[in-house]
Amino acid sequence: MESFELHCHVGVGPEVSGEALVAEDNFSARYDLDRIKGIFSRPQHKLAGQSYVDKILVFNTAKGGVASAWMLHEMVSRKLAPRAILFNRVNPILAQGGAHADMALCDRFEEGDVTRLIQTGDRVSVNPALGLVSVVRG
Amino acid sequence: MKLNEEEQAMLAGDDGAPRRWAMQHMLQVGRFFDAGDFVEVTQAHIMADTESLGEAGVAFLEHMAASPSGEARVRIPMITDPRGIDFCHYKRLRQTDLMASLEQRAIDAFESMGILMTNTCINYQTIMPPLRGEHLAFGDTGVVIYCNSVLGAYSNFEGGPSALAAGLTGRTPRYGLHLDKNRRATKRYSVTHQPRTLSDWGALGGIIGGRAGSYWEVPVIEGIVRQPGSDDMKHMGAAMASYGSVPLFHMIGVTPEAPTLEAVCIGNELEFETVGEKDFANFFARFGGKGDKLDVVVFSAPQLSILEMQSLALLLDGKQVHPHTSLLAVTSPVVAADARRMGISERIESSGALVLEGMCFYQSYAREMGEANGWKRLMSNSAKLVNIIGGYGYQPTLSSMEDCVASAIAGEII
Repeated sequence: MESFELHCHVGVGPEVSGEALVAEDNFSARYDLDRIKGIFSRPQHKLAGQSYVDKILVFNTAKGGVASAWMLHEMVSRKLAPRAILFNRVNPILAQGGAHADMALCDRFEEGDVTRLIQTGDRVSVNPALGLVSVVRG
Repeated sequence: MKLNEEEQAMLAGDDGAPRRWAMQHMLQVGRFFDAGDFVEVTQAHIMADTESLGEAGVAFLEHMAASPSGEARVRIPMITDPRGIDFCHYKRLRQTDLMASLEQRAIDAFESMGILMTNTCINYQTIMPPLRGEHLAFGDTGVVIYCNSVLGAYSNFEGGPSALAAGLTGRTPRYGLHLDKNRRATKRYSVTHQPRTLSDWGALGGIIGGRAGSYWEVPVIEGIVRQPGSDDMKHMGAAMASYGSVPLFHMIGVTPEAPTLEAVCIGNELEFETVGEKDFANFFARFGGKGDKLDVVVFSAPQLSILEMQSLALLLDGKQVHPHTSLLAVTSPVVAADARRMGISERIESSGALVLEGMCFYQSYAREMGEANGWKRLMSNSAKLVNIIGGYGYQPTLSSMEDCVASAIAGEII
């Protein structure tokens, strides 16, 4: 078993833990998700067909439009949402959406590319207020 | 963040719960992006279709609107992005009464807050174009990139909750594109193949947006020979924002902050990348579909201007859309009224096409509409729409308005 800590900018949302689902890809709730089924639906997305429910999602950046700001709130209300989303660099929409939905969301990691630092299946704890992410592997 | 007395009072709840919520929300966002203070804004534009809002979002708005004695009344002019329903046509589109009911509840909440139901993503063409240097809180990425780039206004992408917070307080955290230092070019593109159609302009935006790939990159574009028009910039900007989440571009000699290259970056500090004929061909080839049975042709995203409506009418005059294909033309309420008055809508609808107003296709329960109508293969001249709609279960094809209309008449993609 291996464990380590990552340091990021102060984020939004509560302290949470969960299993990581990682892609060297970008994210939009509008473009990429079937929010009824709780899966990635965009055929070109690297996580197409996989469930995002209760995962700690890890992406490069946000893409596309403004709808995600409402959609995160809507997904949380139906309990079909990720627990947290981590980015290398996020756009305002996802940060605003995380704040409105009270979903943990962080970016700007000191240690480098977060999509390479965290692996799918890692056990991850996110503390947005401290800008601290703890990772347990194996 | 530094707060003045008025802001401290709103945060303390002196002006009611809605403005306290707004300040709390914006402080979270401001701290996330290291904003030092707030900047006053003159207009707000809110994207809040009910597919995005869901029951939870509409209930949030209703709770806000139910606040006593004007506490939830917006303090600056605030307008709306397209809605999810055209009440005159929702049954024909096989949207449900439940969707219409949710839509009406959202409208009632917005109206009680003093928000103007403009229902448009082309407000810069039809409502109140901002001036250069005007600070705004605009939603809809296409609106933001156009107003920043073509008009020289200052706005970040404001999602619905943040736009509402700005409307309630008249301010937004000062970060991102409200700061001049973030408006300098960071990527340089030389165009060697001239866009001709609106879909070409969209493709150019999609290519550059995809390469830039971040909200925090600012492309500067050179090599454009023909003077572009407002619809050209509209399609290019909307696609650039869609494919790359890019909120600002400069075009040398065209956009106001870039009379010269030196005005937006230091001489040759940026290496340039070429965008040529092969890049355009590859972009269109991503979508394919030639020879496929065509279910629906959509002109939307952004809503059509009156000039686009006229172009569409000219292409459809004396023609009939194939009985197995639907053709939808989506525009703003302002343009729709003009188009009706001038007989343009009647000419379009004589072909069997449908003119929809105040909505946008992808914001209108596109998945449910597709399943209810059996729509799978979709064709559009909007590079933005074909980028979005794949996630809703459609197989999209991108082509010019001329080819889209010819395909709609043939019932297959030509």
